[in-house]
Amino acid sequence: MSRPEIRVKDLHKSFGDNEVLRGIDLEIGQGEVVCVIGPSGSGKSTLLRCVNLLEEPTKGQVFVGGTELTDPDVDIDAVRRRIGMVFQQFNLFPHLSVTENLTLPQRRVLRLDRATAARVAAENLERVGLAEKADAYPASLSGGQQQRVAIARALAMGPEVMLFDEPTSALDPELVGDVLAVMRMLADEGMTMMVVTHEMTFAREVADRVVFMDGGVIVEDGTPGQVIGNPRHERTRHFLSRLLDPAMAEVEEETSDRVGKADR
Amino acid sequence: MASTDAPVQPRKTGLTRRQKRRLSRGVQYAVFVAAVIAFAVTADWDRLQNQFAQADIARQMFPDVITLALKNTVLYTVSGFAVGLALGMVIALMRLSSVGPYRWLAGVYIEIFRGLPALLIFIFIGVAVPLAFPGTEIVGGTYGKVALALGLVAAAYMAETIRAGIQAVPKGQVEAARSLGFSPARAMVSIIIPQAFRIILPPLTNELVLLFKDSSLVLFLGVTLEERELSKYGRDLASTTANSTPILVAGLCYLLVTIPLGLVVRRMEAKAQEAVK
Repeated sequence: MSRPEIRVKDLHKSFGDNEVLRGIDLEIGQGEVVCVIGPSGSGKSTLLRCVNLLEEPTKGQVFVGGTELTDPDVDIDAVRRRIGMVFQQFNLFPHLSVTENLTLPQRRVLRLDRATAARVAAENLERVGLAEKADAYPASLSGGQQQRVAIARALAMGPEVMLFDEPTSALDPELVGDVLAVMRMLADEGMTMMVVTHEMTFAREVADRVVFMDGGVIVEDGTPGQVIGNPRHERTRHFLSRLLDPAMAEVEEETSDRVGKADR
Repeated sequence: MASTDAPVQPRKTGLTRRQKRRLSRGVQYAVFVAAVIAFAVTADWDRLQNQFAQADIARQMFPDVITLALKNTVLYTVSGFAVGLALGMVIALMRLSSVGPYRWLAGVYIEIFRGLPALLIFIFIGVAVPLAFPGTEIVGGTYGKVALALGLVAAAYMAETIRAGIQAVPKGQVEAARSLGFSPARAMVSIIIPQAFRIILPPLTNELVLLFKDSSLVLFLGVTLEERELSKYGRDLASTTANSTPILVAGLCYLLVTIPLGLVVRRMEAKAQEAVK
């Protein structure tokens, strides 16, 4: 692992009285693939959204590629161009065709000319296997296809880092595989990736590191073999057992210090 | 009156629900038919025709009613709509701004111009402003005044419509745009506003219809012969001929535009419904 591409220092985030992140320290090296897992409300999505400042941290610092995003004088739009983000709900622009979804940001933000943008768009649609859907509109695509277009749209901006916020959670089960395959390809190409996910198979096979979060803190951080295969903490074991075999879970009292739902 | 369908329940009137409904419907039809017949019998048809449908007076209105009056009505409406849309957009954005005074100012504007009768605004622009600021000339003469007066009123309504449209665009759209590196302003222009307009096209078209009718308030501005629109033209001719036929023809000219526009709106709304499914 070379220099850290993403560095998070003592990050806190509160929504009103609700403290969702309670001091997160995390480093992700160049080319590293880190999966963040944890129960809903553990703050994992908020952490990811803090990394490109979609959520403003209450306290602490975030660095991406050596630039401090939490510096009030930073050109946040310029930094965000280097950070690709993929959402649970895809968030494609419904009024634009697939190709336009990819070309408009390049032209408006990167100021590329029409021909270059179109070429980059075609290349990236090819990468996610959707070249034949270039002229379709998002509404006519399946969830899995939309998510792959969303990944292509982020890639077209030439990011150094990719953030994935539960990219397969809104998909029908049979469509998850196509999206994971694209993500696996990216990982193999050496992209630095931070992935909030419930896909344990993906985490185990693709991730270099797995981070388990609960209650706004990082509980466990290690290789997939350590965290998923041989968790040291009771909370991790408990979470994994519920996730891997939901039918066996028992009804639990909601604990009062449970952090509110941060995902949207 | 609430009877249930349960067969064990004893019926008070002896009529089933369906029979009651039929009876009620029958009474309504009977009243309607009776009213039509009563009107047809009592009305003085010759007099009505004489007052409202004199073919030679109607003929004499053409082609001016179209080439002058309807043309001016359309001109006033379109210019007022353009001013209202531009101003309404600015006010809507101010209303959504993170800057407190902008929000406040926009709110005040909307409350004032939604609360005042359009006629009062016309008089204000046409009479009060020239008196209060002698020497100032509103660009475009009567056309400018009408565009301004209609625009000021329309802007208040359109601002609220546009604001609602912008807020109806899912939050994820802004987040996606911002995470791609769009600045807030650029995200608004390239991503949010185009989607908002799709949402508000039907209510905006309705606003156009309202403006089309409100343009008749030009009547109170004092216009030259060349600047007359449908209502003024109709009324002038009605008084010179001492007959109401010109009013009827002017009215039909309004409907010639408003009915097709209404159909367009309904079709757009149906299409939007379809898209939601």
